[in-house]
Amino acid sequence: MKSLNKIALLLVALVSSLGAAAQKDNGGLDSLMRSNNRIYVVVAVLVTILLGILFYVMRLDRKITKLEKDN
Amino acid sequence: MTEAKNYMHKSWWKIACVLLLLYTVIAGFLLKVPVLPILGETIRNLYFHVCMWFAMMILFTVSVVYAVMYLRSFNLKYDIYARQYAAVGIVMGVLGYATGAIWMTYTWADPNNPAFQSFGALAREPKLIGAAIALLIYFAYMVLRDSINDMDKRARISAVYNIFAYAMLFPSIWILPRVMDSLHPGREGNPALNQSDIDGGMRIVFYPAVIGWTLLGTWIATLKIRLALLKEKKMMQ
Repeated sequence: MKSLNKIALLLVALVSSLGAAAQKDNGGLDSLMRSNNRIYVVVAVLVTILLGILFYVMRLDRKITKLEKDN
Repeated sequence: MTEAKNYMHKSWWKIACVLLLLYTVIAGFLLKVPVLPILGETIRNLYFHVCMWFAMMILFTVSVVYAVMYLRSFNLKYDIYARQYAAVGIVMGVLGYATGAIWMTYTWADPNNPAFQSFGALAREPKLIGAAIALLIYFAYMVLRDSINDMDKRARISAVYNIFAYAMLFPSIWILPRVMDSLHPGREGNPALNQSDIDGGMRIVFYPAVIGWTLLGTWIATLKIRLALLKEKKMMQ
């Protein structure tokens, strides 16, 4: 569980730093997100939702595994 | 009812599920799709809406297999398996129905007609009615199960009902829509599988998408099963 939290923190840090990088430099990431009629924004939103749901299911899995071990 | 380690505790297919679904979302939006009138970019819904129905059908199939296994062995474990797979199958079916409702609003409903007229036509769609009947039969499965208190009786009756419900899927979602006129694709054969419906570029996203969504449903079902088995164990003690 501890290591999972660390991974989650790392992911949050990574994602937030992506945003920061995009703000600083308008050339690279920003232009990718704005290209193609901004379809990449939609992809980013959906990937975020999917990752959130999958992460939630993974956590449930671990909790149930722990319960099974305790029994 | 001690539970040996089985596929539910393996992680390789869960990782495969995550990767396939990520691939579905990314490739599903970024790869090129054929440009068709009316449908336009909404054809990308194939990777999501149609996959819900595929996943539902596969989960219901797994459920009926466990129901038969229960009837052969009278092992209550299989009863729990059958119930949980059916429950997740229902969720997938409801999601398929809801996404279909959104999709048809922007493709079938005629914007030139008053809303009630065009939706009046849609309400007579045999595919929609068939799918609704199929889902209602499975809702009844849940109601029937949970209304019986005796464990063995509940397991037996619901296993038999499960087989009937599964059998009813075939006329209501496979046969009826194919013999009646419908706006929904599929009258000519198997929707989303035959050559004229889907081109090669879409297949490379569609098949992984079906597997990914099915694995996600299976994953959730196994979690529910493991919880139910734990609960069962606690009751025994």
